[in-house]
Amino acid sequence: MGRYIARRLLLTIPVLIGASFLIFAMVYALPGDPIRALAGDRPLSEAVQAQLRAEYNLDDPLWLQYVKYVGGLLQGDFGTDFSGRAVLDTIEQRLPVTAKLAAVAVFFEAVIGLVAGILAGIRRGSFFDNLVLVTTTLIVSIPVFVLGFVAQYLFGLRFPIFPTSGINEGLYSYLLPGLVLASLSLAYVARLTRTSLAENLRQDYVRTARAKGLKPSVVVGKHTLRNSLIPVVTYIGADVGSLMAGAIVTETIFNIPGLGRAVYDSVLRQEGAVVVGIVTLFVFFYIFFNLVVDVLYALLDPRIRYD
Amino acid sequence: MTTSDPVLEVEDLSVEFRTPKGVVRAVNEISYQVGTGETLAILGESGSGKSVSVQAVMGILDSPPGYVTGGRVLFEGRDLLTASAEEQRAVRGPGISMIFQDALSALNPVFTVGHQIAEMFRAHRGTSRKEAREAAIELLDRVHIPAARRRAGSFPHQFSGGMRQRVMIAMALALDPKVLIADEPTTALDVTVQAQIMELLQELQRDTGMGLLLITHDLGVVNEVADRVVVMYAGRVVETGTVDEVFTDPTHPYTEGLMASVPAVEAKGTRLRPIVGTPPDLARIPPGCAFHPRCPRRVLENAPPGKDCDDDVPLLLPVGAPGRASACHYREEVLHA
Ligand SMILES: Nc1ncnc2c1ncn2[C@@H]1O[C@H](COP(=O)(O)OP(=O)(O)OP(=O)(O)O)[C@@H](O)[C@H]1O
Ligand SMILES: [Mg+2]
Repeated sequence: MGRYIARRLLLTIPVLIGASFLIFAMVYALPGDPIRALAGDRPLSEAVQAQLRAEYNLDDPLWLQYVKYVGGLLQGDFGTDFSGRAVLDTIEQRLPVTAKLAAVAVFFEAVIGLVAGILAGIRRGSFFDNLVLVTTTLIVSIPVFVLGFVAQYLFGLRFPIFPTSGINEGLYSYLLPGLVLASLSLAYVARLTRTSLAENLRQDYVRTARAKGLKPSVVVGKHTLRNSLIPVVTYIGADVGSLMAGAIVTETIFNIPGLGRAVYDSVLRQEGAVVVGIVTLFVFFYIFFNLVVDVLYALLDPRIRYD
Repeated sequence: MTTSDPVLEVEDLSVEFRTPKGVVRAVNEISYQVGTGETLAILGESGSGKSVSVQAVMGILDSPPGYVTGGRVLFEGRDLLTASAEEQRAVRGPGISMIFQDALSALNPVFTVGHQIAEMFRAHRGTSRKEAREAAIELLDRVHIPAARRRAGSFPHQFSGGMRQRVMIAMALALDPKVLIADEPTTALDVTVQAQIMELLQELQRDTGMGLLLITHDLGVVNEVADRVVVMYAGRVVETGTVDEVFTDPTHPYTEGLMASVPAVEAKGTRLRPIVGTPPDLARIPPGCAFHPRCPRRVLENAPPGKDCDDDVPLLLPVGAPGRASACHYREEVLHA
């Protein structure tokens, strides 16, 4: 197991290099001139523009810019944005915000998704089952940003229960955006749990459990559920990484000063260093949580071995 | 072996499956008894309702779509079908327990075998975790699993097929059941292992005096271990009697065919011959005797009143020695043929 983890961690290095280069190239390919955009309506003198270009290596060809960037990374330098602020600073300040948002989302995803899925799976064909089916289909088919605006309007303006913007009310301000961020995954978790439970209820070992004279609550709650949750838990685990990346949309809608919002702003300003740094971090989280899932999988299912 | 005081009595049990394609009458008014220390074998082609009948007895029928539509299942004189769910559960395990054909799928893949055996004690007797575990280890030892203490911590997939079936047996015997139902316990195993498992079952039966209800396709095994036989066809009992009687002198054409289709058993028919035709679709059981389309002895023309094979359903009626019965209009003729 230890060797497996070490190998997987080593494999993340080429992936991160590849991913960061791709992102770098995409930012490079953005139309427009970042320096001119930075200047806005007030024209900068040619000299100042040239100085900025040199400082951010903007006149170098793409590959050289990238090499210089990675060279900086290897020395722990993530670069600076146009206001001269270290990207690492931004990350340090904003990571906790996004992490909190993702945690709230995972909590909703797990609790609501699991409960809905389990109840639907136990009572297949019931009213509740159909309700879950319809609701999840609806959620899956509506784009997140639409859902976000609708939630903002309904629960922020129409019925002002939650704040619509910012994080000034502590954990409370994370609830609505967290729910929106979780919505899609929540629907998947509910569906997956239902299917998995229904499938496992048909298994022979469930019949054995009943033949042992165990209570129905034990037959379902212990024997069946334990097996049914294996794919669900792994899905949720892998989803943590996606949720952090998904925060770009949610944080923008709800004006939450996290990493996602920073990416959005930096793309608009064409601040390559910020975008590349944060998105590469997202990629890393994604890979990392997938690794966690693989380890988790082996712990949950004794039949899985990575040797 | 005694056939006195039956522990388990099944009376006129009927089971049907209500499927979208129609009602499947898988078990029709079957009756049998299992006495203390006795081995009763249920024989019959695939799909004849053997498994469904014992699932109904165990109360583990998949419902829906399966429903018991009539009859009684008496355990120590008490009808389990009308008992409360709580009472039924109290019988499963300490009263009647069951082992299945495929131990790999019948055991839960995510719990250790020790845990799954110990669970019997914990659930029914409230035994402490530690004591239950010790008892489980003892049981593994009793079914001759080497290094039982260490193996208790293993998962089902880490055992061979034969060892897994031993685990299953250990689990079923944990609470000293009065009756053990074994539904094709050796079918999934290779021949030498089959013999070992049957030997183990017999050994345990001798030690505990439990009744054994054995479903198998292996007539050789039946001949060797069973006291009495129930032959099923299309959800009905077509013949019952002691093994010797049924094997040497069948009173139903289907049993005759069964004996003639298997090399290891010496029956009246000498040539080896499979039964022609296929078992009926249980959603469309033929009128009259369900076996008549395949029966070499059927009488369709000029039959005596009430004995028309494609019209009159034959009842299971006594024939020959006391305790024997056959559901053939012409059982006397078959017996003396
Ligand atoms: N879940 C189910 N839904 C519908 N029909 C079923 C179901 N289970 C069993 N049956 C029907 O009941 C009939 C009897 O099945 P059963 O499993 O008792 O046969 P069997 O005698 O045990 O056969 P085998 O020797 O192959 O195990 C089958 O032919 C099938 O049509
Ligand atoms: Mg069967």
